[in-house]
Amino acid sequence: MVALATAFKPAATGASLEVKDVSHAFDIDGNVLPVLDNVSISVAPGEFVALLGPSGCGKSTLLRLVAGLEPPRAGALEEDGVAITGPYPSRVVVFQDPTLFPWRTVWDNVALGLEAQGVLKTQRHRVDAAIDLVGLGAFKKAYPHQLSGGMAQRVALARALVNDPRILVLDEPLGKLDSLTRITMQAELVSLWQRNGFTALLVTHDVEEALFLANRVIVFSDRPARVTADITVDRPYPRHRGDPHLAELRRQILGLLGLDATW
Amino acid sequence: MSLQSTMDDTSNRVQLVPAAETPVPAVGKRGQGMQRARAVVLALIVPVCLMVIWDVMVRWTGTRLVPSPYGVAVMMWDFAFGGIYDDAYSASLPIHFWKSVQRVYGGFLCAATIGIPLGLMIGRMPLLRKLLDPTLSLLRPIPVTAWLPLSMIFFGLGPRAAIFLVFLGAFFPILLNTVFGVRSVDIRLFEAAEMLGCSGAQQFRSVVLPAALPSIFNGLRLGAGFAWILIVVGEMTGVPEGLGAVIMDGRTLSRTDLVITGMIIIGVTGFVSDRILLMLSNYFLRWSPQHHA
Ligand SMILES: Nc1ncnc2c1ncn2[C@@H]1O[C@H](COP(=O)(O)OP(=O)(O)O)[C@@H](O)[C@H]1O
Ligand SMILES: [Mg+2]
Repeated sequence: MVALATAFKPAATGASLEVKDVSHAFDIDGNVLPVLDNVSISVAPGEFVALLGPSGCGKSTLLRLVAGLEPPRAGALEEDGVAITGPYPSRVVVFQDPTLFPWRTVWDNVALGLEAQGVLKTQRHRVDAAIDLVGLGAFKKAYPHQLSGGMAQRVALARALVNDPRILVLDEPLGKLDSLTRITMQAELVSLWQRNGFTALLVTHDVEEALFLANRVIVFSDRPARVTADITVDRPYPRHRGDPHLAELRRQILGLLGLDATW
Repeated sequence: MSLQSTMDDTSNRVQLVPAAETPVPAVGKRGQGMQRARAVVLALIVPVCLMVIWDVMVRWTGTRLVPSPYGVAVMMWDFAFGGIYDDAYSASLPIHFWKSVQRVYGGFLCAATIGIPLGLMIGRMPLLRKLLDPTLSLLRPIPVTAWLPLSMIFFGLGPRAAIFLVFLGAFFPILLNTVFGVRSVDIRLFEAAEMLGCSGAQQFRSVVLPAALPSIFNGLRLGAGFAWILIVVGEMTGVPEGLGAVIMDGRTLSRTDLVITGMIIIGVTGFVSDRILLMLSNYFLRWSPQHHA
């Protein structure tokens, strides 16, 4: 892993991300469904921010706006002070569903970003490094339909990482993994982030995961999503799951989400 | 801690055994051969029964209008190699066959080279779709054979009118299936490509085309089928050589053996050409779990 880490060239630095008074809605059968309500979030370069909120509140929608796949109905989004107007490889979103290209092998899926930039010929080792990093070295020639859900999710992660993103945006990337793999991947994600210095934005519905990984946890209300809390997790890495401070934060956040911590 | 050690339980679903080392058990090979033989036997039962019925009916009714299978076989031999009747059709199969094949594949390839790119663009570009879709929908229900008089005015009496008909007949299934293929691709695949910086012409090549390929192959197979239907119609007037012309001559000369010979050759050629397309399709769609015929 150490050898791989050095083969994997770290990005210069993470970019900052600014979400300014963003509101968004969808039209469904002539009715307007408000999804985001005046959301403002400011993420510093290299920061790891987790977004927590009830299911269906609008988290994935916010990530689509960050990716530049849709413009917001109101408000603005900026990367390093520059308005986000479209998708860009330095700001890759790994969505809940891995959406791999079924006609491309694992290797070719991961390679597409470099292929698109026209640097694949000289940078093939980066593809191999990214695949090894997510532990799929033996599956380079497999097609997506031959992978399990968790493996496909990791290919999607490698496909994002190979571009040396300055902002890595993750939408419940560990949701499909069994709890053991999940815990390992969480630790792996932290060390990846520490080594590469990118800015990370992670959507999760798992409070413990948010507290284990992030510098800050932002809590959303029910739909339409509003920011109800912005909690700084001031604890060094690697963190310990038994940390009493984290347990206290967990109790607070569960309270914000309308759940009483019963254990 | 390495991720390798904690791969999920399903991670060994793919068995990456190097092909060269995979031992092929003799039993498996024999089993496969048996299965193929069985398929051939099953496929032949109906044609053989039809021939027997045909033969019996010809003998029973004593008709002189329809030759027996044996008569057709003799005609076919003479058509291919000569030496029996020594008339205008003896040993002329190669030239007629070759002319028809050229026209069918000429028209078919034109239809594919225009239909596939146009279909990809119509599928992905709303403006182009709004511009062309109404017109195409209007043209599509017109039977291609209805174009015959016009195409003879445009292209004169001769093979070019036939090629045009073949082109028209193959064009619509190829175009429509390509459009359908693009339209039914999960939009998130295009978004994923865009996030990776893959857009424009490159996206057409790397994402749109392969994503629509299963449907494109359906269109190609349909189109090739129509092409063989239309070549006969196209060659029936004013074309001296070609299988359609042979069938038409057979009709005029009341040589039913010649007509049936032409029909059988077209049937077999169409079948073989579909098999070739199917093989290509299985090769290019080997990534798809649904496409292993
Ligand atoms: N393209 C769309 N059209 C209409 N409604 C949508 C669309 N995408 C999401 N929604 C709705 O917006 C709400 C928020 O969805 P989403 O952002 O996916 O929530 P989550 O927080 O679970 O990720 C949901 O009610 C969903 O039905
Ligand atoms: Mg979601």
